[in-house]
Amino acid sequence: MIIDSDVVTLSRVQFALTALYHFLFVPLTLGLVWMLAIMESVYVMTGREVWKRMVQFWGVLFGINFAMGVATGITMEFQFGMNWAYYAHYVGDVFGTPLAIEGLMAFFLEATLVGVFFMGWTRISRVSHLLVTWFLALGTNLSALWILIANAWMQNPVGAKFNPQTMRMEVTSFSDVLFNPVAQAKFVHTVSAGYVVGSMFVLSISAWYLLRGRNVDFAKRSMTVAASFGLAAALSVVVLGDESGYAVSENQKMKMAAIEAMWETEPPPASFTVFGIPDVQNRTTHFALHVPWVMGLIGTRSLDKPIPGINNLVEDTKGKIGDGIQAYDAMLTLRKNPNDAQANATLSQYDGDMGYALLLKRYVADPRQATPADIQKAADSTIPNVPVLFWAFRIMVACGFYFIALFAYAFWLASKRQLDNKRWFLRLALCSLPLPWVAAELGWVVAEYGRQPWAIEGILPTSLGVSSLTAGQVWTSLGGFVLFYTALAVIDATLMAKYARKGPDELGLWPARDIDPAYSTSKA
Amino acid sequence: MFDITTLRVIWWALLGILLIGFAIMDGFDFGIAALLRVLGRTEHERHVLLETIEPTWEGNQVWFVLGGGASFAAWPILYATAFSGLYLALALVLLAFIVRPVGFNFRNKMHDPRWRAVWDGALIFSGFVVMLISGVAFGNLFLGLPFRYDDDLHMTWQGGFFDLLHPYAILAGLVSIAMLLTHGACWAAYRADQVIAQRAARMARWMALAYAITFVAAGIWLAYGVPGYGVAGPVVTDGVANPLFKQVTVGGSWFASYMMYPWFWLAPALGLLGAVGVQWTVGKLSLTGFLCSSLMVAGTILAAGFALFPFLLPSSLDPHSSLTVWDASSSHGTLLLMLGAVIIFLPIIIIYTAWVYRVMRGRVMLEDVQHSHNNY
Repeated sequence: MIIDSDVVTLSRVQFALTALYHFLFVPLTLGLVWMLAIMESVYVMTGREVWKRMVQFWGVLFGINFAMGVATGITMEFQFGMNWAYYAHYVGDVFGTPLAIEGLMAFFLEATLVGVFFMGWTRISRVSHLLVTWFLALGTNLSALWILIANAWMQNPVGAKFNPQTMRMEVTSFSDVLFNPVAQAKFVHTVSAGYVVGSMFVLSISAWYLLRGRNVDFAKRSMTVAASFGLAAALSVVVLGDESGYAVSENQKMKMAAIEAMWETEPPPASFTVFGIPDVQNRTTHFALHVPWVMGLIGTRSLDKPIPGINNLVEDTKGKIGDGIQAYDAMLTLRKNPNDAQANATLSQYDGDMGYALLLKRYVADPRQATPADIQKAADSTIPNVPVLFWAFRIMVACGFYFIALFAYAFWLASKRQLDNKRWFLRLALCSLPLPWVAAELGWVVAEYGRQPWAIEGILPTSLGVSSLTAGQVWTSLGGFVLFYTALAVIDATLMAKYARKGPDELGLWPARDIDPAYSTSKA
Repeated sequence: MFDITTLRVIWWALLGILLIGFAIMDGFDFGIAALLRVLGRTEHERHVLLETIEPTWEGNQVWFVLGGGASFAAWPILYATAFSGLYLALALVLLAFIVRPVGFNFRNKMHDPRWRAVWDGALIFSGFVVMLISGVAFGNLFLGLPFRYDDDLHMTWQGGFFDLLHPYAILAGLVSIAMLLTHGACWAAYRADQVIAQRAARMARWMALAYAITFVAAGIWLAYGVPGYGVAGPVVTDGVANPLFKQVTVGGSWFASYMMYPWFWLAPALGLLGAVGVQWTVGKLSLTGFLCSSLMVAGTILAAGFALFPFLLPSSLDPHSSLTVWDASSSHGTLLLMLGAVIIFLPIIIIYTAWVYRVMRGRVMLEDVQHSHNNY
């Protein structure tokens, strides 16, 4: 087996680009759909027409975004087979299940109901339509749950065991896969990030109407919903982001150390580096500004447990590689003779580390022939890109705290009924529109780029997971995706801007002069 | 009660059900998209055609996504081998699947006729590409695909996109196009305004004829011109899921399984019966014509699946590497768990899908779209 490193790089670039692109649309769907459900609930409970029009107007923007989310999601479902065939074979027994259940339980529900959401207003009763919206929201969020269960298994592969006869990982306990602690932390963190995106979207566009003096009543109500939902979401994203950090420190120590640019193990409790310039060459961090204790508390929830540094982890890895080679050797024996008792014993002792032997395949065809230099190289290759992780994480966290402040202030203004008086705040809200997307994308960079060189942490190196393709084939598809996705992004942005600018007034959903509050209670 | 052999047969059947579900439920959406400018001669007529499928195509498309997910879970090595081997063909199919949601959704968001013409072009492209490539892919299954595994089950593939365009595969592509155009036209006859419906019914009759001719021709060619694959020696149905543990012979007949189980002949018979039914009933512009074309679709896919049995993906490069129902499945635990999920969720899916179709029922009339302010 020869691995073409160009194919690996190109496939990774393609996966990263298509996944990050897909996640431009997903979080907005996740967040906006709950706001539609909230607004429609208010409509059904109060009977006030303005709330229905709010659902319809934000629904138009939701629809444009939903189409893009669906379209780009299809790529994700098939790309594992297309570009990561060995990965798909090696872990499909475990990883395929949550993807399939996502289709059965969630995606079918949301995709089937979305048509009725848009076209069923006059065909079914108010309450039925409200139920459709709630189930639509449930479907989109359940969809995220199953995808994140699959993703969490890549970070923390529990409930599975290697089978030398079929040369793949097989499920031993589905409930371990399902109740993976990483999955729970990730799910809440990710959907909360989506709710922040949805809230910011409504807050910013409404702020723009208020700055223009258009759709005032409409915009203020929308902003109130966005401020309350956004504040709750921003608090949850930070608090549960912390939970996610704790989960990472338990099972992905290298990712944690890289995020912190922590080269050596510090005496506990470790300090948090607010700022610094990580120097990969010399394995040190210049100009580091530390806050004592914080990292130890976040990472270990204790004052006495150490968080291992990068250099120590590399040393540990060498030991795991040695164990992995024994497992690999036993696996080869078992493939010839499945009943070899000695090999069975060795494999069950070390099979958790067999992936570490596979890391050597980048440097030597047969891991059993590896020299100490190969082992050193393989161990060093487990260090992810420290500066990227260090900065991506810090920008993401800074955004998170900013969102709490912004939504808290918006909430306070809304409760004082002062939303349209503070023009500086409206401008700030408008300018903040792209930030939740930045934070969400950086979150994925931390999670997935930080997992490298593993496709499945400790089990399967990314470079081994790739398909038997030529670089030309991947260049063709990558070029196609870039061109096509760019064109779609332009079209999507144009349509979004067009309909946002038109607003409920010009779309005929709401009279241009809606300042008279009496209007909002009349007319069906 | 569910031993591994039983589960493998059940999952083979479920793979067929998902494929048939996709072809019936989404096939007519593709048919309508491909025929958009043939059946819809004016902007209003095209609007009517699109409105017959607009509320439901999104759910229908999930059959395809679920097919991907379920094959990943239940037949991981099949999913891995087929989709990486057919790389550029699948990339083209994905392109069609990506352009479709945005096409449906964005087309009516601007009034400029050039904007609409571009999206119509994209929708027509998506319709034809998916029909053609899925047919060509099926044709290639009978010819065998150029892959082999090493001892690590790492797959290598020797062949490119254009190697797929064997004349037999192209014939299979034509069967698929004729079949799904019939299916789309039958839907239009059932749901679109009378003027369009009459036109669609005429189209459906011609296409059903074209389907019957190409389908029979493909069957005869398969019987006399394409060597069949067979598993050599005793067939182990409950063995290890590793394709390298068996021997395969090439040169038999693809109809061997039909000889072994004569009731398999019902499948192609149903396909042809459906085509006859379309001829008879589509002129009534009722649901019956559409049900006949659905029968046609189901019969055709079953006929192909039965002929292949127990093969899923025959290999021309190294026949012993071929994937069969007996050696390409996931583990017992995964198959059982996934079966449970299907038993729970598939009936629920059918219930709410049926409800949505009921809510959105009724013929879409030209005067409806002339006054509609539908922002979707």
